[in-house]
Amino acid sequence: MPVATKKKHRKKATAETMAASQREISVSEFFAKNRHLLGFDNPRKAMLTTVKEAVDNALDACEEAGILPALKVQLLQVDETRFKITVQDNGPGIVRKQIENIFGKLLYGSKFHRMKMSRGQQGIGISAAGMYGLMTTGKPVKIISKTGRRKPSHEVVLKIDTSKNKAEVVSDTEHPEDDKLFKEGRGTIVAIELEGKYQKGRQSVDEYLEQPAIANPHAEITYITPANETIKFPRAMNELPVEAREIKPHPKGIELGTLIQMLERTEPKSISAFLQDEFSRVGQRKAAELIKLAGKKTSNTLTPRTRISTLDHADAEALYKAIQDTSIMAPPTDCLVPIGSKALLAGLLKEVKAEFFAAATRPPAVYRGNPFQIEVAMAFGGELKTEESARILRFANRVPLLYQQSACSSFKAVVETGWKNYSLQQPKGGLPVGPIVIMIHMASVWVPFTSESKEAIADYDEIRKEMRLALQECGRKLGTYLRRRQRMKKESERRSIFERYIGEISQACNAITGVDPKKLFNALQKQAAKKTAEADQLLDDEGKVVDDGGRLSKDEDVIIVEDLQTDSEADAEDEDLFGGVTLKGRRKKTKSKRTKKKGGK
Amino acid sequence: MAKKSAKKSTKKSSAKKTAKKSSAKKTSKKSTPRKKPRRAAVSKERDKVTNRAIELLADNVARDGLKGREPSVEIPLRTVTNMNWNKRKRILEMGDATQTRSLFNVGQARKFMQTLLLAKGSRELIKAEKTLSLRGMYYMSLHTIEGTTEKTFNDQSESDTVLEDLEVSLGGLREELHVFAKKRGTMVGNITIEDNGDEIDCRRMGTGGYAIPSICEPNVIQFKKCDAKFVLHVEKDTVWSRFNEDRFWETHNCILTEGSGQPPRGVRRLLHRLNKELGLPIYCLLDCDPWGHYIYSVIKQGSINLAFESQRMAIPDAKFMGIRAEDYDRCELSSDVRIALNERDITRARQIAEYPWFKDKRPWQREIKKLLGNGFKMEVESLITKDISYVTEEYVPARLKAKDFLD
Repeated sequence: MPVATKKKHRKKATAETMAASQREISVSEFFAKNRHLLGFDNPRKAMLTTVKEAVDNALDACEEAGILPALKVQLLQVDETRFKITVQDNGPGIVRKQIENIFGKLLYGSKFHRMKMSRGQQGIGISAAGMYGLMTTGKPVKIISKTGRRKPSHEVVLKIDTSKNKAEVVSDTEHPEDDKLFKEGRGTIVAIELEGKYQKGRQSVDEYLEQPAIANPHAEITYITPANETIKFPRAMNELPVEAREIKPHPKGIELGTLIQMLERTEPKSISAFLQDEFSRVGQRKAAELIKLAGKKTSNTLTPRTRISTLDHADAEALYKAIQDTSIMAPPTDCLVPIGSKALLAGLLKEVKAEFFAAATRPPAVYRGNPFQIEVAMAFGGELKTEESARILRFANRVPLLYQQSACSSFKAVVETGWKNYSLQQPKGGLPVGPIVIMIHMASVWVPFTSESKEAIADYDEIRKEMRLALQECGRKLGTYLRRRQRMKKESERRSIFERYIGEISQACNAITGVDPKKLFNALQKQAAKKTAEADQLLDDEGKVVDDGGRLSKDEDVIIVEDLQTDSEADAEDEDLFGGVTLKGRRKKTKSKRTKKKGGK
Repeated sequence: MAKKSAKKSTKKSSAKKTAKKSSAKKTSKKSTPRKKPRRAAVSKERDKVTNRAIELLADNVARDGLKGREPSVEIPLRTVTNMNWNKRKRILEMGDATQTRSLFNVGQARKFMQTLLLAKGSRELIKAEKTLSLRGMYYMSLHTIEGTTEKTFNDQSESDTVLEDLEVSLGGLREELHVFAKKRGTMVGNITIEDNGDEIDCRRMGTGGYAIPSICEPNVIQFKKCDAKFVLHVEKDTVWSRFNEDRFWETHNCILTEGSGQPPRGVRRLLHRLNKELGLPIYCLLDCDPWGHYIYSVIKQGSINLAFESQRMAIPDAKFMGIRAEDYDRCELSSDVRIALNERDITRARQIAEYPWFKDKRPWQREIKKLLGNGFKMEVESLITKDISYVTEEYVPARLKAKDFLD
């Protein structure tokens, strides 16, 4: 120790003194100190993360119970830097004894151990939020839950003991007016008071809530801002998404450590049974094949009947290698529930005022043994800003991703797509520029995040490729639309040229021959309209005849809104417009509007 | 005509217009205003024909429009490709090729509208028995299209070309549309003419000479007494002044004309009539360069742009007197007069040598070859370096005497 020579009176630590200060670190303690890992870096982000975690949990709970979610989010400003965030759902409620665990314990949850598509994964989110609130304001978390009409409600106030990773119940009462609170007879209210900062604009709670509204068109979200304004994100679909199926892990998706752990915990006695029971896509024959191959890689003899308890580390490693060297059928993909093109469009349509919407859903694919599926939707034009870079909305299992955009696989996929082919500007190595919103959704049983706070999707080649393909599919539709729009613009210019001169010509003819100028004017105008309409049908760049409305109008995954309605009108129609069937109705409506416009000219 | 312009100025508002007009008509007022009836620039019969043609044009447009057909106007092409060299008549003639100008064509819609506007304008002129200059016509049809900020014409050149199109498509002449160009060109000599009823003695024109009007049709200008034996046409007004001051036309009994470079229609028409009606040979004294050669070519065979008027304008018998390429040596000119040929001159000279009416004429081929061989061009004024009046006292008389012309 060269430093020690300089400092004369340095007390040397002994193993004993060191042992005295060595003790277990609880998970809660760890995260309390490293709260940025969970997305509580600063007051603004903390507020957003809290809302996000609560909303995610609420949506998950509702869907799992088969209830159409109706959420209420309220931000109440208590102090200049203090906010009380309340999120209420109409979900199944939580049984009394689980309340402490769910809200007061980090890494506790139903979602971590299973291979099933859900919003939450680790079981950190909401308890971390409660912990953050406690740390910054000293105020405990309040939970009110009711599981049924005839069942009592519980109002529980929880304090998290970070050193024990355990919740401490401050008070536990029955809420007196629970029937008023829960109109549907069940649900959960979480209230967290924390130090935060409310800001409008980018990455604000206001902007954030738009995104779950897009990705969850079946949910209804009511948002009460600190200024006490009520913003409604209405429901656009009345069907719940199909519930995701749980699957077992795919052999290719696990690592050696996980395999060893699984071997230690497993119930089956033989290797063959273990492989078949614990993994998907492994049958008796595949298990035998794996065991045979593993046997060659280790000194011990392995047979399908070899007992798990006799396996040593070398055997496990051999088995792991055998898995890598054997081709195994890709995992089942029916466990994935994509949002679906229709719902994507419905979601975008209600939240984004644009004129063109397109969506594409890729077939499921696999990365590292995990099935996943990519969906892309786009909104273009309308009230979107022309001069700005594209806005990217990223979602993983319907959860919006807000930070670290440029680290995200989806961002890279957008950048590497050639948008110039679709008539958009794109600076080198950048996002396309134009009035466009691009939404990318990844559905997977396990979304590979780059960090615990779920901010960016890790950049796997398979994932990025699927994203790119989906983007291209949508991009082609957009390109077709833009070219058509260009053509129509040219046509209307042409028409205006003709129409400009028709008046002069009629007047001149009238002066020379005495022909009725109005009659001639009308006749010529009719011709002009016909001429330019004929030209509308010119062949498009793919050599197909573009009929009025184009091929796009027949495309189920495209919506074209010719005339943007004013907000009030749109709101009035929202209720019935976005049901599954009425979607088509709206499209037809806009079409007829278009023809009317033409005739009137 | 003087009376007419005065009348117009009070009637029409635009001050600019009247200024243009009065300047355009200055020439014809030789004597003080008389109470003589004004003569129409175009005969009544011709007016009727033109009127019918305009009505037919508009009627076709209206009928097509009402019947749902695409309105269009057929316009004979005024291009090199649609121009034939009539070897027998020795003039350029316009071919049969036409272009269709239709309303429902983005590139043609505006011109189509302009064609009809000008047709309407000239019909009004015919009705009112008045004439306007090209510029006047431009102003007459100029207005902003209703509901837009677009003007019917952006500038005069736009209306000029459309008017030429209208001329050819109606098979009429500009004069017949009651439109005339800015006049250019001067005449002096042993001839008396009557211009719109005014008798003009071209022997008594002072130093300025008689300004040749842009319309020289027989109903405007009649030849009265002519003693001249030939016409000497010089390229520009500086040379013409030299001849006039030296009373060349008196000593040689001729008519002296000048066209300020490429002679305008009026001058060409007048020369044509002097040649055809009075049988006077036309001699041209032009610069020794491709442009001089081309002026000669236009006088003799007609121009490409106005090929449809060759019949009335071309003078196949016109002769080219000089300056000749050999004159540099023959007249022993100083090397100072040489102007080097540039690239464009050379290309142009080669083009002219390829014209069918020059192609089989060996003297012309030799002339152009010599010009290119010299590598320089010469202006008529270069002869002044010999002596102030060398050109009038020596050069031209010598050429006339030797009958040394290029044909």
